[in-house]
Amino acid sequence: MPELTYLEALREGLREEMQRDERVFILGEDVGRYGGAFKVTDGFAAEFGDARVIDTPISEAAIVGAAAGAAHLGMRPVAEMQFIDFISCAYDMLTNYVATARYRANLACPIVVRGPCGGYVRGGPFHSQNPEAAFLHTPGLKIVCPATARDAKGLIKAAIRDDDPVLYFEHKYLYRRIKEQLPEDGDLLTPIGRARVAREGTDLSIVTYSAMVWKALEAAQALEKEDGLDVEVLDLRTLLPMDDDAILATVRKTNRVMIVHEDTRTGGVAGEIAARINESAFEWLDAPVLRVTAADTPLPYAPTLEDAVLPQVADIVTVARRLAAY
Amino acid sequence: MRLTRSLEERLTNLYRQGKVIGGLFRSLGQEADSVGSAYALDRTAGDMLSPLIRNLGSLLVMGARPVDVLRQYMAKATGPTRGRELNVHFGDLEAGFIGQISHLGDMVPVMAGVTLTFRMRGERRVGLVYVGDGAMSTGAFHEGMNLAAVRRLPLVVIAENNGYAYSTTLERQTAVAELAVKSKAYGVPAERLDGNDVLAVYEATRRAVDRAREGEGVTLLELVTFRRKGHAEHDDQHYVPREELARWEKRDPIARFAQRLTENGWSDGDALASADARVAAELDAAVAEAEGEPLPEAATALAGVYADPPRQPAPWYREVPRA
Repeated sequence: MPELTYLEALREGLREEMQRDERVFILGEDVGRYGGAFKVTDGFAAEFGDARVIDTPISEAAIVGAAAGAAHLGMRPVAEMQFIDFISCAYDMLTNYVATARYRANLACPIVVRGPCGGYVRGGPFHSQNPEAAFLHTPGLKIVCPATARDAKGLIKAAIRDDDPVLYFEHKYLYRRIKEQLPEDGDLLTPIGRARVAREGTDLSIVTYSAMVWKALEAAQALEKEDGLDVEVLDLRTLLPMDDDAILATVRKTNRVMIVHEDTRTGGVAGEIAARINESAFEWLDAPVLRVTAADTPLPYAPTLEDAVLPQVADIVTVARRLAAY
Repeated sequence: MRLTRSLEERLTNLYRQGKVIGGLFRSLGQEADSVGSAYALDRTAGDMLSPLIRNLGSLLVMGARPVDVLRQYMAKATGPTRGRELNVHFGDLEAGFIGQISHLGDMVPVMAGVTLTFRMRGERRVGLVYVGDGAMSTGAFHEGMNLAAVRRLPLVVIAENNGYAYSTTLERQTAVAELAVKSKAYGVPAERLDGNDVLAVYEATRRAVDRAREGEGVTLLELVTFRRKGHAEHDDQHYVPREELARWEKRDPIARFAQRLTENGWSDGDALASADARVAAELDAAVAEAEGEPLPEAATALAGVYADPPRQPAPWYREVPRA
């Protein structure tokens, strides 16, 4: 079994789907000859030709709109946002046009919009964002956020095969930092809408996703060693539709839950999860649901500031102790 | 132009030493378009501009200090954005420039609003905004351009045609061979000229600025130049043919201007050398000043999201308030 980085696993998934299904094509800025700003589609133009790996002008609304049009006619477009921060330029197309297509007009719109999200890379306010909350509120979209190389591959393949529009947020911090041995299986799929228990535990649960899974696991180790706490980590993998069963299962198991995400706090994903737990499992709780998130600021550039704004392992440990002691 | 290039060379050294924290964007070979156009504005009249990533020269003309540019790149607490934003993403309303964001085209509607305000207040001020072959593909560019044209706002739009947007060639960016023809769709006049001839750039921009000040509306200027470095320092621009680079190296705007200065007897070798020495001394001092300065204190990260600074907009999880 070859060992693949997160980025390589994503690339493999894309390549396999392009080989498997000639309806799949890629469009975006610098994706062809250059192979993408982060080289996700490196070599694709040579392998699949310019007609299936399309370099576009700097026009995110047109990229997403054109993907939608192709999808209506049965194609399976994968649109790349060079940095996910630029998805805001396509917000109108995604929320008004793409997300409503099936409901209002019975139009299939099986597109994937993917791109690098996330901070911890000193990228400043416009190359570090996590836009999931802006789209969580839009019925009609699906949102996936892989944390592992296996899911980077499994979710891109599942997203391409899905009959609805899927936003695929890949974390740039993970691109080359994590590796995993993956079976050479053309059908290695991660089901959309299903969470994964990343670490079994009985004392408290950390519900999280994307790069924060790794910080939660690190915190769990520290809590085990220093406090003797047995921490469960739930990797949501998909945010929309959310895996309520998995969330409620971990609530019933540990009775103490905290939610960790890298996005800002107000109106964030954690608020929605906490509300669901409150509605469905209030009697199972021994403590209030707590959150660890970024502070409510744009993301600053200087390392000192970025580290202060984004959640760190120490923050997770601090809040976990408060939760355990409640 | 010399200051722009030398400052970027200093930044390249700092980048290689790991002192520039983010990416480094060079304007090598494009200095004339930024500098020539910005000089056509009247700073004493309160004219304003908004740059793009390769318009460092325009900021220096408007009075941005090299030490502040160094601080920006090194994320220093002393920089204009106090470590919040990077590189040339900073502004100074009094000096007359508004910092850009990464989202291309966005500054066109913003500068339409700036020049609309000049008009509403009866001020004879002019605005200038830079876009490139890439930015002109965005929806924001189109909407801003159209609004400015319809209202006949005092705005000069500089379209820098430097051949590449990241790796994307002009032919992959637009189906027209010349950016200037796009002006027709907005009903504004345009000129296309050699962007590496600093005096030609100055003169054409001056005409456009005068038109704007006289209430005759928007002008689009296409400045033809070439990006002689990669998109940013990490990019080796392997996709650019070597012969194309060599051809543009021969058309270097600084060498051409220096030659013109001496050929016409406007200056001589000694005077140019002393100008270079002044630039070097200024940059020595600026690097020495900025290099040792501290990064911002972590505690400063939370303030300033709203006008009322002490209150973080949502409870910060380290100190969750209790009912």
